[in-house]
Amino acid sequence: MTFDWTKLLYTLLGLFIVINWGLLQYGVVRRITARVAKRIGMPVYQPYIDLIKNYSMRSQISHGVMYYLGPVFRLAGGLGIFLFMPLVFGSSFTNYSFAGDVILILYFMFFGMLGMALGASEGGHPYSFIGISRGLSQFTTIEVPFTLAVIALAAQHHTFSVSGIVEAQQGGILYWNVFQNPFATAAALLAFLGMMGASPFNVVMAPQEIPIGPPTEYHGTYLGVLQTNRAILYVSESILMVNLFFGGATSWPELIIKGFLVYMWPVFVGQVYPRFRIDQSVPWFLKAPLILGALGLLFI
Amino acid sequence: MSEKKQFIDPDLQPRTVIGPNGEEIQINPLEDYFCSERPKVHEPKRWKIFEDFVNWARAESIWVLGFGTGCGSIELYPLLTPRFDAYRFGVQMRPTPRQANLMIISGYLSVKTLKRAIRSYEQMQNPKYVMALGSCTINGGMYFDSYNTINRLDKYMPVDVYVAGCMPRPEAILAGFNALKAKIKEGRAEGANEYAKNFDYYKANQKKIIKDWNMPDYNW
Repeated sequence: MTFDWTKLLYTLLGLFIVINWGLLQYGVVRRITARVAKRIGMPVYQPYIDLIKNYSMRSQISHGVMYYLGPVFRLAGGLGIFLFMPLVFGSSFTNYSFAGDVILILYFMFFGMLGMALGASEGGHPYSFIGISRGLSQFTTIEVPFTLAVIALAAQHHTFSVSGIVEAQQGGILYWNVFQNPFATAAALLAFLGMMGASPFNVVMAPQEIPIGPPTEYHGTYLGVLQTNRAILYVSESILMVNLFFGGATSWPELIIKGFLVYMWPVFVGQVYPRFRIDQSVPWFLKAPLILGALGLLFI
Repeated sequence: MSEKKQFIDPDLQPRTVIGPNGEEIQINPLEDYFCSERPKVHEPKRWKIFEDFVNWARAESIWVLGFGTGCGSIELYPLLTPRFDAYRFGVQMRPTPRQANLMIISGYLSVKTLKRAIRSYEQMQNPKYVMALGSCTINGGMYFDSYNTINRLDKYMPVDVYVAGCMPRPEAILAGFNALKAKIKEGRAEGANEYAKNFDYYKANQKKIIKDWNMPDYNW
């Protein structure tokens, strides 16, 4: 087996595009949030400046190896989702998609959160345990409807590969899974609200609660890594939704338009709905989204 | 009175804990939980062009520690409202000292609060800046003869920008942000290094006024 350098270069180029897309999109989201509040808001390029500043802090302190590895695991989770998912179907930007990548991606979604749990627990901040337990319990319930939706798609198209699911949706808008299996799509879109950490379900990272929970102790480069991961992770999750339910994309413009719209869904929901407490959000995911996910399975 | 001076937080007293396998673990929180190392001076980067670029980024991305003291903290909230909107200038609020760069001492500082302000300031990472609002932080203001407030803030921590007034309005605070930005871009905002260089001076001043000193000399 020979090593395919071209593929690696295309993957790195895709990663570069996704990081910049994520940072710009975050700036746009903050800008939209500001406009909703009748403010002008920060410049669109503010996330870049924050990133440069965080990477250039002069002094940093560490609480130990696990503390150091927390952001690294989180970044690995974001990169894992990105690496094993085709960006643009039928082009060179298919990354390292293979026959069973959906299962791996589902695993990587949880992996970052677990890494943060290990890292934050060594940070010495007593309330990070509360933040982490909240985050893990919420994310566990988010996974349930999302996994049901993904299993429904996998059973429908007889494949565990994202590329395979995208391939099955080619041929027209009516072949998209949003029309082929609307219940699974609805369940996944509701789960997606929680995955993106937008307003109704962002109590885990909320600054006003338990001073921002797990990342409290992270500063400087640690926080820079977390910010980089946020750029990669949220865009990768949007692209995953595009791939799974909205017919994938056969060109970069198509991918960016679809990804942008999907990214905006939790943003707009977040603008309208206030924050749930954790004991409200956990049952919420186990009601309508779970029922929709089960209906999606029956709908095949 | 003498008893009160020697009060140590029960959580900080040395104690013996019995582990899950029956072993005895000696815990001395002041040594185990805190690092007693003195602050270090972090010299700027040798390449001026690089330091200038980084200073520009630091100036354009000021993260404020939400730490309100005295009456000035009420002037900080309008900064985030549509009318003043400090986000335009790259100013953001952070809830934790670890991530913050700028500490705003908003008004008079009572001795009790000074202790917390010092702890928060020392937990912030280099480079860090201090902005002092109101006349109370300059010379004590209307509380100049109070038994319980400090008069001059820069005896206890290096101050980068003073915003005068009683109280300064949000416009004045925004002007203060711009003054601070200009200072950072010129590379003159080295408060953290000053604190490290003159550590003994600041610590002596702090200990003179804080009677129940029950924390390490430098806690970060």
